[in-house]
Formats: sequence, structure tokens, C-alpha cells
Amino acid sequence: MIGRLWAIAYSTFREAVRDRVLYNLIVFALLIVGAALLVGQISIGIERLVLVNLGLTSISLFGIVIAIFIGIGLVSKEIEKRTLYTVLAARPVRRWEFIIGKFLGLVGTLTVNAFFMSAGFFAALLYLTHRFQRADADLLVAIYFILLQFVLITSLALFFSTFSSPLLSAVFAFSLFVIGTFADDMRGFAKLTEGGTKWVMTGMSYLVPNFSSLNVISQVAHSVPVPGHLVLLNTLYVLAYAVAVNCAAVLVFEKRNLK
Amino acid sequence: MTALVQTRKFHAQVISRAGQKAHLAGMKVGTIAYNHDELTMPAIETFALAKHYNIGFWRKRRKDALKSLTLTVEEGEVFGYLGPNGAGKTTTLRLLMGLVYPSAGSARILGKALDDPAMKAQIGFLPEQPYFYDHLTPKELLTYYAQLSGVPGKDRARKVDASLARVGMSESAGIQMRKFSKGMLQRVGIAQAIVHDPKLIFLDEPMSGLDPVGRREVRDLIQSLHEEGKTIFFSTHILSDAETVCDRVAVLNKGELRGVGVVADLVSEVSGQVEFVWTGAAATAEIAALGGKTHEASETFRTILTQEATDRAIDAIRGAGGKLISVTPVRATLEDYFLSKLGAGDRDSQNMQEVTR
Repeated sequence: MIGRLWAIAYSTFREAVRDRVLYNLIVFALLIVGAALLVGQISIGIERLVLVNLGLTSISLFGIVIAIFIGIGLVSKEIEKRTLYTVLAARPVRRWEFIIGKFLGLVGTLTVNAFFMSAGFFAALLYLTHRFQRADADLLVAIYFILLQFVLITSLALFFSTFSSPLLSAVFAFSLFVIGTFADDMRGFAKLTEGGTKWVMTGMSYLVPNFSSLNVISQVAHSVPVPGHLVLLNTLYVLAYAVAVNCAAVLVFEKRNLK
Repeated sequence: MTALVQTRKFHAQVISRAGQKAHLAGMKVGTIAYNHDELTMPAIETFALAKHYNIGFWRKRRKDALKSLTLTVEEGEVFGYLGPNGAGKTTTLRLLMGLVYPSAGSARILGKALDDPAMKAQIGFLPEQPYFYDHLTPKELLTYYAQLSGVPGKDRARKVDASLARVGMSESAGIQMRKFSKGMLQRVGIAQAIVHDPKLIFLDEPMSGLDPVGRREVRDLIQSLHEEGKTIFFSTHILSDAETVCDRVAVLNKGELRGVGVVADLVSEVSGQVEFVWTGAAATAEIAALGGKTHEASETFRTILTQEATDRAIDAIRGAGGKLISVTPVRATLEDYFLSKLGAGDRDSQNMQEVTR
């Protein structure tokens, strides 16, 4: 089982790496970091603040775009092109293994991608500040949270991909990302409402993926440390959410007729 | 091997409607699900296997893709699954491969359930018009599939190379498949179906997209796999291919099984007609009197008459000054069987006549 999961995950990774669009996005992200350097140099006294904000936001957004772009086609494209037939039909591969393998492959791709973008970002930071500070360690926490965002968005894109067309999957996944970015605001709004609206808003605010608590970029840019319990809670939250969404994806995919 | 296959194929039979109930009842109480006089387990068994789809958005209409298919394929057979386009061949294969779920009935492959991973490791499948990850080379693709099929790492490279060599793709093994023609993809498709050395191979239209040389090579490959003792189940609408390589064939039309037969028997049946070939005089009037029609080509005449008219025809041709070259009983072809099973006057069968010619 582990061997098959690894094979599917590696195949997904290899496909993404050979996809020219992926390279373009990385190059573009690096250009953004370069632009951050330029902005940093013309922002007297707040170079680090501008660089951290722009650099980490670029890593996050480009990762999210790649996750949605690739994730929405992970299953639907395989069904449409019928590449899935030779994997599932006459191989001892269970459908859930295919889904989880694809998920791990894309998360792995995004992690490698984020690693290289982060390396570029830290190189830019060193160039600008000449030495690392103690507060820079919190940047790693922010990057870890960005990786957790990738896990969430990948599971969502993959879930939609099991039953919807790539275009609709992209719309659904991106909408949930945008709504999830304002999850904390939704909870605040729910507290201000009464009766049925309060119930609906509270329910929705807990149902949508909470991307807002995974965004600490502004905090670390101002050198405010991230509390340890937030790291633990965010990790547990993302793990639970991703497991639930992946289970839903497997359930949908198990029932599908692959015509 | 041939003798063994001959023995087995006479045991194999399509279970009658009456026998079907008893057969299915046997399944329920967990008794042996196949003929008790069989010593070996059938490679494929389907019991009243059916699939229907509900089509239409507002007012759903039921469309039967496959109607109650009960069929047994023995181990070691080359089994041809024939039918015109839309007959339900691909649906059957997708059901057997677990890609779509049956609406009714059940099936077993190598005695195991359709979702059994142990069984899946022992089967190979070539889908119709295969499409692969085109960013990969055939070697990378086959290595991936061999890994998924559980081929040990130490054997993987050897088996991949051997499979590619077997389909004549060794020289293109390192080229990305996005540059491949349809015929090359078909060859890679066959290679991936045999890379893990399966016992049973399903081929959906394996000759599709191949040139005459390629078709001949695939036929030879099927025969060589057969000689190795593998069971092959392949769907086609090219009857000459089926006639050449199959032990038995089943004919399917509009989702319904119309008949199953042993190819050797079907093509050796005498049709009750005799073909006469002669030169010299046309003897048109004499032949017409016997109910025949004379065809001429390069000063050679030909007609087909009933067996009862043989003596009179010989006398008539000789009497008219003709010189007989041959008098041959006309034997039935697979095409005759196929068309008879499709049903006379059936529009699909008329289309098939054009396809098969």
C-alpha cells in the first residue's frame, strides 16, 4: 500500500514539475520577490516590513494558485483523458489510494515549490538586512502556516475535482478560499446577529475553512511572535479538516461510475 | 495446450435461462459457482450482469447498456467479444474492470470478486483508444505501472524492457509520448497490459489504429501469449482478426448476448451450397435453369448452387462445352455466424456487413 501511495504521489509530483506553467509561476514569484527588494530599498526604515509582507504574500498566493490550478484537474482530468483506466482497472490500486496518493503528491509539490520560493525570500532578506535577527525565526512559522493553507486548499480542490468540471472546481475552491480568509470576520459578524441568522452565520463560519487564522504574515512582519499554542491548534485544525475533506472526496469517488 | 483448450471450450457454455436461476441460487448459499464437472476455475464468469443508465435532464429515460449477460470464459482461452459499435462491449469491459458498477447481477474474475486487489494484480487491461500521461516516456510509464502492480524492484527494469521489446517499442522507449501516433500509443497500451506478466488479459479493440503490419503483429502477439497459457478476452468488430486468433466468440448486439460459439466449429460448418468454377463456355442459360447466376472474371466463370444440383450442374457445364476447374462445398464463415446472430434486416447488421468487407 505504501509503495502504491508513493508511486502515485511521485507520479503527481513529476507531472507537476514537467508542467511548464508551474515553472512560469515560480519564475514569476521570484520576480515578485525581486520587486520587493526594489520597494524595500525605496521604503526608508520599513524595508524589512515591506519585504516580509510582499515576499510571504507572494509565496502564499502563488502556492494557492498552483494548488487550485493543479488540484482541480487531479481527478477530473484523469477521468476525461481516461488515463485513470489503466491505473484503477487492472492494478491492485484501490480508489482511496488513488485519491490520497494524488493529495500527497500535490502537497509534496507545493512544499518543494514553497521551499525554493522561501529560499529566494530569505536570500533577499539577508541581502537587505545583512544579517538574520531573532525575530526572523517567526518567519518560518508563517511559512509553516502557509504550507498548512496549501494542505487545506489542495484537499478542497481535490474534493471538487472528484465530481465537478475543472472550471466549476476552480470557482468553488477559490470562493471557499476567499470566504475562508474572512472566517474570523464572519464569526465576529455572527456575534452581532440574533436568532436564526446568528445560528446560520455561526454554523457557516465554522464550516468554511479558516484561512484567516493561518495568516500571520502581518504579525511576523511587525516582529510580533506567534504563540506556541496557535501553532499546535492550527496544525490539529488543518489535519482534522483535511482528513474530513479527503474522506468526503474518497466517498464521492468510490461511488462514481468512471464512464 | 491446444488439446487442453479444446477440451475446456466444450465444457464452457452459456448457461440457459432456466439454469441461470439455479446458478444464481447456488451463489447465494455459497456453493461452487461454476459447473461442477469443471476441474479448473473459469477465468471469467458473469451472472445476469446488467448495466443501465438514466439519461435526460428533466424526464429521465432508462437506457440499457448491457442486458443480463451470463457468460463463462475458461482459463487458457482466447475469447473474442464481437459486436457492432454501441453493442455494449466496452460497457462489459468497464464493468469487469470495476470502473462502472453493475445495475444488476454479478461477476467473478479468476474466481474472485471484481474489487479484489489480489485478482487485479493478475490481470492486464488495454482500454479502447488508450491515452497515457503524455509527459512520460514509455519506459517511465511502464515502470510506474509495474510498481503499481507490485512487480519487485529488482525485476522491474527487465520486465519493462521485455514488454517494450515485445511490442516493438524499444527504440522509442525514451521519447515523451506526447509525440506519439495513435498506433504507437496502442503498442504502449498493449505493453502496459502485459508488463506485470498477468494470467488474464483484457483487450478492448486491440487492433484499432494499427496499420496492416501492426495488426498482424498484434495477432501474433495474442497467439504467443495464448501459447504461454494466458487467457485473453478481447473485443473487436474486425471479424477476420477474431477468426484468426479466437478459440470461441460471443456476439453481442444492443446490449444483449446473441450467441456464443467455438470458432473452429463455426467455420467448418458446410452451408449446403457448392461453388463451381470453370472456363470455356459461360453456360449462362443452363445455370439459370438450375436457379444460379453466372459471374465472369478473366474468362473464368463462377456460380454457387445448392448441393442437390451438383450433378446436373456438372453435366450442364460440360454439355455447354465448359471445362471445370473446381467444385467446392461452401463453408460458413464467422461473418455468416455473426450476421445471423445480429438478426436479418437489422440496420446494425447491414452496417456491419460493410465494415467486415
